[in-house]
Amino acid sequence: MAALRQIAFYGKGGIGKSTTSQNTLAALAEMGQKILIVGCDPKADSTRLILHAKAQDTVLSLAAEAGSVEDLEIEDVLKVGYRDIRCVESGGPEPGVGCAGRGVITSINFLEENGAYDGVDYVSYDVLGDVVCGGFAMPIRENKAQEIYIVMSGEMMAMYAANNISKGILKYANSGGVRLGGLVCNERQTDKELELAEALAGKLGTKLIHFVPRDNIVQHAELRRMTVIEYAPDSKQAGEYRSLAEKVHNNAGNGTIPTPITMDELEDLLMDFGIMKKEDESVIGKTASELAA
Amino acid sequence: MPQNVDKVLDHENLFREPEYKAMFDNKRSQFEFRVPAEELAKQIEYAKTWEYREKNFAREALTVNPAKACQPLGAVFAAVGFEKTLPFVHGSQGCVAYYRSHFSRHFKEPTSCVSSSMTEDAAVFGGLNNMIDGLANTYNLYKPEMIAVSTTCMAEVIGDDLDAFIKTSKQKGSIPAEFDVPFAHTPAFVGSHITGYDNALQGIIKYFWDGKAGQGTALTRIPNESINFIGGFDGFVCGNLPEIRRMLDLMGVEHTILCDPSDVWNTPTDGEFRMYDGGTTKAQVEAAINAKATISFQGYSTEKTMKLIKEHGHETASFHHPMGVTGTDAFLMKVSELTGKPIPKELELERGRLVDAIADSQAHLHGKKFALYGDPDLMLGMTAFLLELGAEPVHVLSTNGDKEWADKVQALLDASPFGKNCKAYPKADLWHMRSLLFTEKVDFLIGNTYGKYLERDCGTPLIRLGFPIFDRHHYHRFPIWGYQGGLRVLTMLLDEYFEALDANTNGIGTTDYSYDIIR
Repeated sequence: MAALRQIAFYGKGGIGKSTTSQNTLAALAEMGQKILIVGCDPKADSTRLILHAKAQDTVLSLAAEAGSVEDLEIEDVLKVGYRDIRCVESGGPEPGVGCAGRGVITSINFLEENGAYDGVDYVSYDVLGDVVCGGFAMPIRENKAQEIYIVMSGEMMAMYAANNISKGILKYANSGGVRLGGLVCNERQTDKELELAEALAGKLGTKLIHFVPRDNIVQHAELRRMTVIEYAPDSKQAGEYRSLAEKVHNNAGNGTIPTPITMDELEDLLMDFGIMKKEDESVIGKTASELAA
Repeated sequence: MPQNVDKVLDHENLFREPEYKAMFDNKRSQFEFRVPAEELAKQIEYAKTWEYREKNFAREALTVNPAKACQPLGAVFAAVGFEKTLPFVHGSQGCVAYYRSHFSRHFKEPTSCVSSSMTEDAAVFGGLNNMIDGLANTYNLYKPEMIAVSTTCMAEVIGDDLDAFIKTSKQKGSIPAEFDVPFAHTPAFVGSHITGYDNALQGIIKYFWDGKAGQGTALTRIPNESINFIGGFDGFVCGNLPEIRRMLDLMGVEHTILCDPSDVWNTPTDGEFRMYDGGTTKAQVEAAINAKATISFQGYSTEKTMKLIKEHGHETASFHHPMGVTGTDAFLMKVSELTGKPIPKELELERGRLVDAIADSQAHLHGKKFALYGDPDLMLGMTAFLLELGAEPVHVLSTNGDKEWADKVQALLDASPFGKNCKAYPKADLWHMRSLLFTEKVDFLIGNTYGKYLERDCGTPLIRLGFPIFDRHHYHRFPIWGYQGGLRVLTMLLDEYFEALDANTNGIGTTDYSYDIIR
């Protein structure tokens, strides 16, 4: 058996991380890979397309019911879905109380100690929005995910988040083995999106491994709590995800140490593509109607 | 075997036995990988140089042996000063074990304090359930009349909201709705124990004066002639507060001591365990709003508390641990000014006796050099007293004193001929003090028990004043405030001076020409 591959998907909130990761992982399962998904988001929606469920019981909610994490068994938290993909959600506290970051640490420690990683080819972590604190960086610590895939789009804030996540990876890359596997651009149909994504990838010292075009079929599949791979296996979009899965698989655990850029450099990039006007301080802080006047 | 039942050796002597000596030698040669002795000696000598001192003071990222403790310790001190009040620290058990043991080692008395026993699940989900169960257990098991809640790092990092948690606990029937639970957020990673004392005391006063956290009505002040006294965080509290009470009684001043743990840390052995003893009553706290004025003996320990009290219309006066003749004069004259009551003959006599004692010993302390460290208020009081004695407070260091504090110390030093070449060191630690003691030698060091390592390393005799004092007994039972306290501190300084003098003149036939009976 090949060595365990641990990968993680990061990216700005609402960018389509969970959808992209589940479709990619479903395609990897089609290729015969045994997969474990670890959802690291208190919203617990990282596994719904695989399980066809609204949301699965999380490690932390079950731990709270049982009294403590020590009282949990792995069978209680592990569900099996499409093509035997194993699914776990770490969960977290109610909004506004406690510490979600600590929850991620607690859950991952529990899963490792209880053998959830035994007998799988891939562990995939799906992590919320941004690396806001040490807890959400848990999946990229030493001996956790080696390859990070950042899901982004041509939108300014998605690129900003991708850059921030790169900073997080850089912090752990020198002491541990974590590498940036590449960017995945989820098309938002913004101006010059492909070029911009490729340019950002270049600046970050990585590559755009796949440009996922926008297709409404993803929405149709989502409504049925299914991946496109399962819902419409012959569709063009399913092919896109298969192609992405192929690229991830062929990446074979490699990656680069990212070279994050400054906010100024990021804005320069947008200027280079004519999305922001060069040296035009006059538009900063002006509303659309003010500029029209 | 070196140990036998007929003559059990204490560790003082046990490890000098040949078996242990051989064992230590073996461990040293086989496992310790020591640097060569001459290399070690070289480094020890280097650490005594001016060059090392400059590097030491350029230190930015490291603190070595800070002379301070954390906020919740001060909060527990404040809480035990109220009648039948149990301190409740929202956090994990280990923190609270530390507060209990720290006080018990200093006062040689049990210190009751409970924790909400937060564990990993509480860190993730928030500690509400711990608060609900903890308050119920505390109320039912230990039957307090008030529970004063403070927090540790863990609860603060995850942002637990005490006000909301306590209200929810009451709604869930953990404790009766009318039961008094004042609270204060006391993040241990901000400020020091004096900040925690201040926050907790302010929390308790605010609770009773401003309508019990929205569950009662705010009190209306009807000024009377009494005054309130607040001592601040003080390791000598068992001696000091009774002395303050005695002086105010002699003046005929009606007074309330806000926060008085002098009984609970000084309970008698008469067959009855007192979990609670003495302390300021709730009725006294409520009545205290009507006082004419409030005096704080330690301003840095009561900044927020005094601000709150001032906002309620009190005349306020904050001192900085006044000691000796001038310090006590200033305090008593302020009381006299606020209350219109004259300072009685008895106190004038006590003053005269202290002046007499100082004059008797003047020749011995004049020009002696001292280094001192501790809480900012104590440092100001002790610096002034040393100057008054004609001694030179060469190094005055505080970890929890800031630039503004240092300016105050400097002003004291500048105002006296004995303060020449003396300096204040704010936000510094005991490793800084070590460099100071090596490079600019002094005759004596004044500090808490942790100073004994400096005494050993630098050979500077230590006079124990401050908190904690673990390795000498009963100091806390005697006052260091007032004229009587001045006598006590004067005696402590002189005792150490004469001990050092005797030790330095007792070489038989060599230095004993000055080993005198009369000093």
